[in-house]
Amino acid sequence: MKTLVWVEHDNKAVKDATLATVTAASKLGEVHLLVAGSGCQPVADAAAKIAGVAKVHLADDAAYEHALAENVAPLIVSLMDHHDAFVAPATTTGKNIAPRVAALLDVMQISDILSVEGEDSFTRPIYAGNAIATVKTSDAKKVITVRGTAFDKAEAEGGSAEIETVSGEGDKGLSRFVKADIASSDRPELTSAGIVVSGGRALQNAENFTKIIEPLADKLGAAVGASRAAVDAGYVPNDYQVGQTGKIVAPEIYIAVGISGAIQHLAGMKDSKTIIAINKDEDAPIFQVADIGLVADLYTAVPELTEKL
Amino acid sequence: MKVLVPVKRVLDYNVKPRVKADGSGIDLANVKMSMNPFDEIAVEEAIRLKENGPVEEIVVVSIGEQKAQETLRTALAMGADRAILITSDDRVEPLGVAKLLAKVVEEESPDMVILGKQAIDDDNNQTGQMLAALLGWSQGTFASKVELGEGKATVTREVDGGLETDELKLPAIVTTDLRLNEPRYASLPNIMKAKSKPMATKTVADYGVDVTPRITVTNVSEPPKRTAGVKVADVDELVAKLKAMGVPA
Repeated sequence: MKTLVWVEHDNKAVKDATLATVTAASKLGEVHLLVAGSGCQPVADAAAKIAGVAKVHLADDAAYEHALAENVAPLIVSLMDHHDAFVAPATTTGKNIAPRVAALLDVMQISDILSVEGEDSFTRPIYAGNAIATVKTSDAKKVITVRGTAFDKAEAEGGSAEIETVSGEGDKGLSRFVKADIASSDRPELTSAGIVVSGGRALQNAENFTKIIEPLADKLGAAVGASRAAVDAGYVPNDYQVGQTGKIVAPEIYIAVGISGAIQHLAGMKDSKTIIAINKDEDAPIFQVADIGLVADLYTAVPELTEKL
Repeated sequence: MKVLVPVKRVLDYNVKPRVKADGSGIDLANVKMSMNPFDEIAVEEAIRLKENGPVEEIVVVSIGEQKAQETLRTALAMGADRAILITSDDRVEPLGVAKLLAKVVEEESPDMVILGKQAIDDDNNQTGQMLAALLGWSQGTFASKVELGEGKATVTREVDGGLETDELKLPAIVTTDLRLNEPRYASLPNIMKAKSKPMATKTVADYGVDVTPRITVTNVSEPPKRTAGVKVADVDELVAKLKAMGVPA
């Protein structure tokens, strides 16, 4: 089987979500990559070095700069004449594009896979991760999105795939990118960080979040996350949200501060290797999943922890 | 301007799903069912665009068993104008739903279809994008803000890392994210009024679309459980544990 993997990038560098997707695709067969963007030759060069990649297709066109689904889906469909599966990371970009590709191919997509059980069989979470379904597809071609935390990352170096230039229909004239407000930060990316420090409603306001959570994160070189309650209350922007409707994370160490542990939050972090919970309420559900729990007032315990580390 | 809002009846989001012992699925017998929360946001957005904008008519549609009419009545009570129920006793996948909706769009000619970004049962996150593909329309997924202009819509989308704003040519598909709005509760008088709003009942066969599932679910199981670990007495003990793990590096 030949797979075509969507390379997630910002026209400068390959994003980490791509690497786990390559691992998932390699379980199906030969891995080809698609780099669609504008002025993105450096991305193709880097993608060609990912271990286990046989070929990189490069589509360099202003119409593909922002990965608008209306423009890139027809390009992918044209490449699917020579590929058996389209595999994308379950990022907002992948989730936006893949179903459009699937419908154009008359294929029922398999979303957010956790494992490859066979060439037609996969597992995926349903009901916010409260159940795991094993599914089998009868479609000849496959369209799949991959949960990044469920697969190891492919090595970013070691490969030497050939790069082939391809072109598509370009701008379909249906949509136009206006602007992006992407938070810039020196901290690692939430979904790929080794350590995540998350704060919940108990932080009470944005100032406390900055004063208490961020210094601990900085000390640990960690990414900062939040519960939905903290996001809805406006303590932090929405892209901090860890949970079923936010980001799914699985770091080596997850530190939950002042988070009670609602099901919707647990669904986003329960695959973390070690979970540490700090909460005043010893009956908080978060302690039922935590490997290490500290029942304490976060306002004294967290600054003390930051200082003593 | 006309807006079509597809809605789905799902297990209420406050009910903990129970996996059936035989691995055949989730037990839905005698449990509370409600409108998919993302679809409620879609209905609310359509109503706001009618209250404050150019929208004149809101048509809601649901595909499912006969009981899905309750979900449609809820949407009518919130403020939608009329409803279409397409009955099916079998499971219809997002691709099949998108094909049926494309037929409804042909008949109704809406200027916009607003729907939830995903249903909280199957968590597929596909139907809106698939419908956009089948119709050849623009798509604004995971919307946190929608503004209508002359022949276009400006949609702010919740993307990894922040927000992205795109301009879409109408007609367009919009899928809703959590922060687009807070859906209203239907008032008692409006619930009464909704009972006399028109609801057309059709069957999948009426649309001549093949919705045979492509995917079979061979097993549904509980996820591996985590067990509670240890409690530490104080910060010093926590620091010691972290240092034993090599943290900070």
